[in-house]
Amino acid sequence: MYETLWSFPGGVLGEFERLRRELDDVFGGSSGAPSSIRSAAPGAFPAINVGQTPNSVEVYVFAPGIDPAKVDVVIDRGVLTISGERASALPNVGVKGDAKTSVYNHERASGAFKRAISLPDDVDASHVQATYRDGVLNVSIARREEAQPKRITVQ
Amino acid sequence: MTNTSHTELQKTTPTSPTTPASAERSTADTRALQPRVDVFEDERGITLLADLPGVPRDQLDIKVDGETLTIEGTVATTTPDGLQPAYVELRVPRYRRAFTLSRELDAGHIEANLKDGVLNLRIPKQAHAQPRRVNVQVG
Repeated sequence: MYETLWSFPGGVLGEFERLRRELDDVFGGSSGAPSSIRSAAPGAFPAINVGQTPNSVEVYVFAPGIDPAKVDVVIDRGVLTISGERASALPNVGVKGDAKTSVYNHERASGAFKRAISLPDDVDASHVQATYRDGVLNVSIARREEAQPKRITVQ
Repeated sequence: MTNTSHTELQKTTPTSPTTPASAERSTADTRALQPRVDVFEDERGITLLADLPGVPRDQLDIKVDGETLTIEGTVATTTPDGLQPAYVELRVPRYRRAFTLSRELDAGHIEANLKDGVLNLRIPKQAHAQPRRVNVQVG
């Protein structure tokens, strides 16, 4: 299975690298500060990045290979929920037709997923846009009109 | 004793020996995530599926250097001006992963397809390595 002892996948220190990276993700950013009660374990599919501009809240869901028509994006009482399903891409192994197929690596998650994010109070749930491009679902929620920054000119 | 044709597909870490092509990147931040992959093999070749969300066609780089296949992509999702990150799970906007191909794979005929952030690579086996049925004459 491994050509030589030194061709161990990930290198001899690969496992340590993975452990360090996971600890980094958990503790690195906020040194053990409490995380959101709705946040998922590191490595959950799909990964989510949330950012804020003065006019909107932007949510990026990294979910390649899903059908955007089948994704549910719901905002209910200030909680944005994104749920959907990704079909498994693996061939039928061991079934008569595909008996000669072997699976070497199966890291990509498949199946149903659901992520929930609580939004700040000043968003306007009726002004939401969602676009799906290159495997990234971008949900943009505008802030309420009165919460957006306004420039006041001095006479 | 015949050698079963299990193809060796191995990963090297992103910090493995730099190739000449990466010399100009050595001063830049070359941290990259290893994208998740599915690899399966059938009689005719190997199929590799890689999750590369956020990577458009022009930011994807697939190269074969001798026996090493390297997949690299940069996330190019457009963000509005003045975006302040609030909660970030995907911190590094770059994917990189390398594999060692075995000699029976025909690296010159790799087909690649990128759709919705999923890279589908098809690496056929060399024509002479594909299984052949030998007819036995009964005489």
